[in-house]
Amino acid sequence: MLSFIVRRAAATLMVLLVASFIVYQLTAISGDPLMELRGSRDPDIQFRIQYLTEILQLDVPPFIRYFYWLGGAAGCLIGQCDLGISVSRGEIPVTEALSGAIASTVQLITLATILSIIIGVAIGMTTALRQYSGYDYTVTFFAFIFYSLPIFWVAVLLKEFGAIQFNRFLEEPYIPPGAMTVIALVLAVAVSGIVGGGLKTRVQSFIGGAVLSVVVMIFLNLTQWLKYPALGVPGIILMTLLVASVVLVLSIGFNQRRGLIIVLGMALVAAAMWLPGQYLFFYIQGPLGILLIVAIMAAIGVLLGIVFGGDGRKEISRAAGITGAFAGLIMAIDEALQYWSEYLSLIPLNNGYISTIGAVTPAIKRQENMWLSLIDSYAHLILPTAALLIISVAGYTRYSRASLLEVMNQDYVRTARAKGLNERTVVVRHAMRNALLPIATIVPVDITALIGGAVITEQVFAWAGMGALFIRGLNAVDVNLVMGYVMIVGLMAVIGNVIADLLYSALDPRIRVS
Amino acid sequence: MAKKRPVDETQLNREITIEQRETEGLSLGTIVRRRFFRHKAAVISMIVLGAITLLAFTSVGTVVGGSGNLVTDPNTGKLAVDGFRIPGWWQLNWYENYDIYNPGGTPTLNVWPFDPGQHPFGQDTLGKDIFARVMRGIQQSLIVVFIVGLLSTVIGTIVGALAGYFRGWLDTLLMRATDVVIILPILVVGAVLSRSFGGDAVSLALLLGALAWTGLARLVRAEFLALREREFVDAARVAGAKNSRIIFKHILPNTIGVIVVNATLLMAAAILIETSLSFLGFGIVAPDISLGQIISEYNEAFRTRPWLFWYPGLFIVIIALCINFIGDGLRDAFDPRQRRLPKSGGAIAELKQLIAKRRGN
Repeated sequence: MLSFIVRRAAATLMVLLVASFIVYQLTAISGDPLMELRGSRDPDIQFRIQYLTEILQLDVPPFIRYFYWLGGAAGCLIGQCDLGISVSRGEIPVTEALSGAIASTVQLITLATILSIIIGVAIGMTTALRQYSGYDYTVTFFAFIFYSLPIFWVAVLLKEFGAIQFNRFLEEPYIPPGAMTVIALVLAVAVSGIVGGGLKTRVQSFIGGAVLSVVVMIFLNLTQWLKYPALGVPGIILMTLLVASVVLVLSIGFNQRRGLIIVLGMALVAAAMWLPGQYLFFYIQGPLGILLIVAIMAAIGVLLGIVFGGDGRKEISRAAGITGAFAGLIMAIDEALQYWSEYLSLIPLNNGYISTIGAVTPAIKRQENMWLSLIDSYAHLILPTAALLIISVAGYTRYSRASLLEVMNQDYVRTARAKGLNERTVVVRHAMRNALLPIATIVPVDITALIGGAVITEQVFAWAGMGALFIRGLNAVDVNLVMGYVMIVGLMAVIGNVIADLLYSALDPRIRVS
Repeated sequence: MAKKRPVDETQLNREITIEQRETEGLSLGTIVRRRFFRHKAAVISMIVLGAITLLAFTSVGTVVGGSGNLVTDPNTGKLAVDGFRIPGWWQLNWYENYDIYNPGGTPTLNVWPFDPGQHPFGQDTLGKDIFARVMRGIQQSLIVVFIVGLLSTVIGTIVGALAGYFRGWLDTLLMRATDVVIILPILVVGAVLSRSFGGDAVSLALLLGALAWTGLARLVRAEFLALREREFVDAARVAGAKNSRIIFKHILPNTIGVIVVNATLLMAAAILIETSLSFLGFGIVAPDISLGQIISEYNEAFRTRPWLFWYPGLFIVIIALCINFIGDGLRDAFDPRQRRLPKSGGAIAELKQLIAKRRGN
């Protein structure tokens, strides 16, 4: 294992060296960094040109200049990074510019990545279980369409069309009966497609889905929930029940009475903890409060599982703990939503509720209230996240569908069925875990590729992340900035690949790294 | 019951016989072709793609040779494209300004009853005909797709084949070189191209093709590593075949499925990369046009003139979708593991039974 990592590191270093040399030369010959200055008629411009020529060593040919740069970059190995200065960013050190941009990009991609993995895997696996059904064909068709969409087109459409329409809708959030019927029918078809089964089950699930969605939409209309969203204690109970049922489906099933009561009971615990939670959020400001409530709720779940779990205490306490952690998150969301009307009063009116540009609203940043900034940053994140989601969900859907199909055709799945296990155990325990293996190895590569910046998404939504920095560096022929970017992205790509290899060998005992 | 039986058998034949027919001794090409033509989406996509190609090249004609730059004709004082111009049946050019026909330049296209009108896709602020521009953009984008597909397939196959067959130091060298190419950001190369070479379609295609082969090379290498250990390769070597003959005559035909499928998917990626690069201003830049370049040029005009944005985007999506579906059809055709099994039961069958029962009563 150690020799594997050492050999990989040595090869990586060589690859990075060669690549950085090529990129340096290419960027240097792509243009003249002093082009703008040369056109200027300012009498002092000569000194400026001289100064920049000296500080950037422009009189040295790029072939040799690269080695000066390399000397500075080599300092990174001993903790003294000198990647030069960035002329296009007011002569700040490149390391400084990079760290700001990385933070911003990570903020942008985190939510999109998590959501796209969860949604993509869920959709892909359900389509695999309902192979060649109408649901499968529909999803596959849309996955193909989303896969073929150019992201800049989607992003511009979302920004100029989606956001404006949606903001207009939010001013007077009323769902007309026509739209309600269409939405309810679409949801009902989707629900009956996913549930599957015979004619009777289909009709039942269709009617159930339609009625439920109509009820929810009438509720939204009556309470103007979309304009003034709030959870409250009933909302927390409902959401926790929802999470609890998903956790139950994926873990112990609904047949164990003890587990059922404990896990579903977490909803009541969350309701009971609501008032103490309010005190906690009042006294402990900042992200520590959220962490604390998540930890406390998880601990309660685990404790309940251990004390009352009986024979299955290990599985039950695990399921209850996970449910508890999510319940804590839901309580934090409830707390944030309590600041919603304050948020509405603070944002500039012509901006609309969903912002199309940048990462923060200045007026809200001045408030220095964590909950307000939380709402604000999510309002800014919605559009770019949606754009990234549309593209990457399609990929994950295809991957996980193919992966689960392959596993479901294996002999050991047939054996599991033959020995009389119920379908839930066969799918969740035997098939799904193994189907997740290849996906687990795609994820690190995907994430590290995203650090390189969703260049186009950042460009369209004016997000000051890695992609924007790179484009800026390229436009200004700012070699140092471009090199800093390339080094980070190259390093990330290599690290992602190594993690994927190690992960695979850790998860799958048949694979040995060598 | 006895009556129903033959019907069932033909049904069964239709569903699974492609595998059985292999025993009749068909060539790989025939089997693959038959399987491919059963994939409806792929066949439809092929027809649509062919129609789009035909439309794009016949409507505004094309330019062969020349630098592709706009020049003023000294005799007439009109703008013209450098090179041999083949005219098409659409009378307007993509580079000329015309009088604004509809106020604001809105599209004149009428879908039902079909009537293209003077400017079916509308006009921009200068009065350029967007239909002609989109058609020319499709031509350029298709040329990029074709060249990228061809070039990267050739490079990827050769690199992968050499690395996988000879292994050893050559393998290490080639794979590290592949790693270097993977790390090179396409944007940097695009920036050099658009600044130094003016950013025309063919040079962009050549550059993209020279960078996009890495994935294919890895796949072909893996195939070669597995296939070179097989008995038929040993047999060929014992019979005295040279390395080049073993590579091209014995192993390569066995990897054709992987190569064809991935080349198709690469072409779908190529049109998206080309349009994205052009959108950022690092790919094809004016005066040459492509679908992405059109969207980039009119990016700011979305609120006032959305049609400048709709039509090129629509064609990008359709072309990419068609190529992706064709790739999927090819994958199904080449990969016998993903065989379609006859469907049993299900809600629709149950519904049919129910209706049949009602009728019987």
